[in-house]
Amino acid sequence: MINNSPIIVTESLTKRFGEITAVNQLTLSVQRGEVFGLLGPNGAGKTTTVRMLAALLIPSGGTAQVAGFEIGEDDQDIRRKIGLLPESPGLYDSLSAEQNLAFFGSMYGVENIAEQIQKYLELLGLWNRRYEPVGTFSKGMRQKLAIARALLHEPEVLFLDEPTSGLDPQASKLVREFIEDLRGEGRTIILTTHNLEEADRLCDRVAVISGHLLALDAPGELRRKIFGRKVVFHLQEANQALVGTLEKFPFVSEVQAVDNKILAAVENPEEQNPELIRALVNGGAELQFVGELRRRLEDVYLELMGAVEDNNHGKN
Amino acid sequence: MERIKAIIIKEWREVFKNKFVLFTVSFLPLMITILPLFVLYFAGGSDDFASISAADLPPQFEQLCGDVIGGDCMLYYIVTQFILLFMMVPVIIPMTIASYSIVGEKTTRTLEPLLATPVTTVEILVGKGLAGVIPAVLTTWIGYLVYAAGAYLMVSNTAVVSKLFDPLWMMAIFLVGPLLSLMGVSIAVMISSRVNDPRVAEQISGIFVLPVVGLFIGQMTGMILVNETFILWLAAALLVLDIVLFYFAVQVFQRETILSRWK
Repeated sequence: MINNSPIIVTESLTKRFGEITAVNQLTLSVQRGEVFGLLGPNGAGKTTTVRMLAALLIPSGGTAQVAGFEIGEDDQDIRRKIGLLPESPGLYDSLSAEQNLAFFGSMYGVENIAEQIQKYLELLGLWNRRYEPVGTFSKGMRQKLAIARALLHEPEVLFLDEPTSGLDPQASKLVREFIEDLRGEGRTIILTTHNLEEADRLCDRVAVISGHLLALDAPGELRRKIFGRKVVFHLQEANQALVGTLEKFPFVSEVQAVDNKILAAVENPEEQNPELIRALVNGGAELQFVGELRRRLEDVYLELMGAVEDNNHGKN
Repeated sequence: MERIKAIIIKEWREVFKNKFVLFTVSFLPLMITILPLFVLYFAGGSDDFASISAADLPPQFEQLCGDVIGGDCMLYYIVTQFILLFMMVPVIIPMTIASYSIVGEKTTRTLEPLLATPVTTVEILVGKGLAGVIPAVLTTWIGYLVYAAGAYLMVSNTAVVSKLFDPLWMMAIFLVGPLLSLMGVSIAVMISSRVNDPRVAEQISGIFVLPVVGLFIGQMTGMILVNETFILWLAAALLVLDIVLFYFAVQVFQRETILSRWK
């Protein structure tokens, strides 16, 4: 569903609050239909970036286009094209779910408002509670209602700022599944989250930022770039002779035996594994099975953040 | 226009569920309407007024009363003093409503999703402003009509009562009243941007009722004579003040300011 035309393009996007630079020279592009993750520690500038792209904050420098409109020049047009779920749901507690949505529908100028309200309240399982004041809703229900609000006008780009933050596992799962459904519809979603497993599962690409851009790619590609690809050979018994067998290949590095396994960094496992398997078997190995050591996105993130910290210590 | 209408309805749905706001909006006009009628009831039937001659009254009363003389002039003076009290209603009510509305949005963090919609700052402020001004102005007008009807029943001299419908007081109620309301709303918006408790916003805004109280005291002590010229000047000054205050309210209510500085 990803289209190769970019829907968001930023060029050296910068935001300063007085002396503090919250976002520094951020350059990236997001394709139509892509689920794009913004990852980073607290204060990394994720929310500030989202707020700039949602035409809520004026950039201090650089440029950005959202859905073909320029930030700072066509802000009203941008607001019509986007939906925002902020960090806090921001709902009117004394109004019912339906009244909340009807109000925001009026703000967006939604014409078939009653139908849209019904569509999203039903999709999110809140239709039967539509007349109840939002103040009586659980955190998960409020979050779902806030997502419905963000989708009411069928935006081209949906910004979800920490959509599962503070939710119990069941509510988080529901929200994640809903995001997956939206992804299936081909909607462009910008997701900020601290939940790296969630980002790994939902995002086509992620940008790791800490004021500035640290890395940008698909989660799998980031893993490969940072850790390479490691193949795990499960054997009846691992020994140094077999390690030596693998070390002879020029495309293999970092070979080590751990218990009854041999781990080896391989440039292109799909092409090179058969040759390695043959060599091991010929060398007397009793091979049980072969797999790839899968690094988590969390490992990538921690590696990148560790490098930032080392860099900062170095400067100090 | 649809957005402004939606904001007004939303504000009323929200704010009037607050018992304190409801109490302030209903109790103050009720008191300001009933108390003068109570006073008039006793004053209108009092023999003391009949014995008052023109010489007993301060010189500025002659200007104020025109062809109404003696005890009737005194009665008219009392009646008009209370009209000045009515001027407090269009200031206090919108301040209360706007304070609760804006500080409420700050504390529940509902402004961010609202600002992310295509609604303009002016639409938000006009919507929120009218949500405070409309009930305030209507309450003032209704209160005034009830007061005038009560005065008609309690004061025997029709010349005194008919003066309540002089252009002077018509302008005061129907022109100065709404202008005072607009002033109250703009002030409440600016103060609400700096505080996190609607009661604090309301109390600080309350200082701005003092000029109206000053008007009341000024006429009572003879320092100010509230006549048509004075009301026209007051209306002109308020119009300019309203424009200036609304400009500053719009400046305070910038999206960037709200998200980055309103705490």
